[in-house]
Amino acid sequence: MNASTAVVLAEAPRRASRRLASFPMVPVAIIAFIVFVALGANVLAPHNPEVGSLGMRFKPPAWQAGGTAQYLLGTDHLGRDVLSRLIFGARVSLVVGFTAVIVAGLLGVALGILAGYLGGWVDEVIMRLTDSWLALPALTFAIFLAAVMGPSEMNIIIVLAAVYWTRYARVIRGEVLSLKEREFVRLAIIAGCSRLTIMRRHILPNVINSAVVLATLMLGVVIVTEAALSFLGVGVPPPKPAWGLMLADGKRGLMAGYWWLTVLPGLCIMLLVLAANLLGDWLRVKLDPQLRQL
Amino acid sequence: MKKFILRRLGYALVSLTLLSGTIFVFVRLTGDPALLLVEPGASKADVDAVRERFGLDRPLIVQYGKFMSGLVRGDFGQSFYYRTPVLELYLSRLPNSLLLAAVAMSFSLLIGIPTGILAAVRVNSWWDRAGRIFALLGLSLPSFWIGLVLILFFSVYLGWLPSSGSGTAFHVLMPAFALGWYFAASHMRLTRSSMLDVLGAEYVKLARLKGLPERRVIVKHALKNALIPVLTLAGINLVIMINVAVVVETVFAWPGIGRLLFEGISFRDFPIVQATVLLGGSMIVFVNLLVDVLYGVIDPRIRYER
Repeated sequence: MNASTAVVLAEAPRRASRRLASFPMVPVAIIAFIVFVALGANVLAPHNPEVGSLGMRFKPPAWQAGGTAQYLLGTDHLGRDVLSRLIFGARVSLVVGFTAVIVAGLLGVALGILAGYLGGWVDEVIMRLTDSWLALPALTFAIFLAAVMGPSEMNIIIVLAAVYWTRYARVIRGEVLSLKEREFVRLAIIAGCSRLTIMRRHILPNVINSAVVLATLMLGVVIVTEAALSFLGVGVPPPKPAWGLMLADGKRGLMAGYWWLTVLPGLCIMLLVLAANLLGDWLRVKLDPQLRQL
Repeated sequence: MKKFILRRLGYALVSLTLLSGTIFVFVRLTGDPALLLVEPGASKADVDAVRERFGLDRPLIVQYGKFMSGLVRGDFGQSFYYRTPVLELYLSRLPNSLLLAAVAMSFSLLIGIPTGILAAVRVNSWWDRAGRIFALLGLSLPSFWIGLVLILFFSVYLGWLPSSGSGTAFHVLMPAFALGWYFAASHMRLTRSSMLDVLGAEYVKLARLKGLPERRVIVKHALKNALIPVLTLAGINLVIMINVAVVVETVFAWPGIGRLLFEGISFRDFPIVQATVLLGGSMIVFVNLLVDVLYGVIDPRIRYER
């Protein structure tokens, strides 16, 4: 996302200062921080996230009575360090989120362009499939697929991509429908370009902006869905530290009032999703005025 | 008009066929369905018996035909765990889901519409900005986390509300709020943009020129028209709420169809999972069809569009 921002700034140097003024510092800083934490998890995490000591179960955060400085944010039902699990959980969320959004995007953009440009029965087949898949609530569909495929990180990515490509396909097809009536596409046809060349060289570059905006907006949705799947036990398999899984584990201490097991992972999800949504909103306005209505 | 309705009906049927086809294909692509149909830990002979009984040794196209004819007759198979037809289970849970969705919808409209109006009437003011932040928070907070935090506050710390189960009016409050929260944000956004559209219309200007007090212009003239798209969305969202409450129902042990789906997953009770997903999808296809046709009836321009 930094690359595309740079492109925007470079093409309009005169208005750069105004664009910079509204540059979404807060969300970018949050995402950068989470990426940094995820990359440096091995160094930053004070403990092994998957191994705990049962003698240290349900320790509260350090500042509360009974907490120790050894476990800054407390421990869970297996005596595992919550801070370390949160840090490694960032890695899971980001890897699953980004990969799923990108795979879904590649699939959706390709099919959207094919449907929009070729029209006819190709369009009919792709769009009917898109419509029927969109009819299923994303979460229910994802749960069904995940339940069929079994829990693993790889499967979650496949499931999320399979559920969310339809969102791209529909928007991109709509854009292609108007793009293909434009002068430069007609000229390319007259110049003798093949249909494949036109789609690749003339249509694709013109829908990239929308795809980037959609991907950013989708990132938050995908991360929440992953958390929900993991929470239900069909997502990332334990003992991997995923935020959704931590919330599921946290339920064991909920009635005893062990708030840190529930509140902290949720705050992490919220922070990441909020940042992604804010960035997506900003990109939508800056990159793609047509999508403002979305 | 007749042609229009028939075409929409055709689209809906195609959607349903593709939906069931998708589910059929995914079940068979991702492994041996016989393994999904037997109880965990069954012997090889049992698996073979199941394969034969359900005709899984026959060609795919024959299997699909059987699957579809079962669906048309309302036969979704038997639950392993409960040993009763899945459809019966589904119907017995549906009223609870409807109740939860109805209360959640009331919450979301009670929060979403007034904040949306306020944001539109005082556009770009402090109210508007607060509303936008609220909408973003609504879209960013996972509903099940809100549910967990609510339990922590109202059940564990304050002891005011029961943390799970059903039975009294108090049981429905927290799950409904957790479920309605997300939708409140989307209703707020739509109310705001729809109000802004209407407030710019000629007839609202006329109402102001007539010298009507601003309050009356907003409530009697603008709001009536602005609410049409919001209520349409609410109608669709009500059906969606019934079908996406899985996580919230799991958190609160609310005995609706979301909880049924979760039980289906945890007990590896595959017919339940399949039926819940299929029926959910069909419900939404049906509501979309209804909205399309109603809009066609109201607005002839839509009828003649392709």
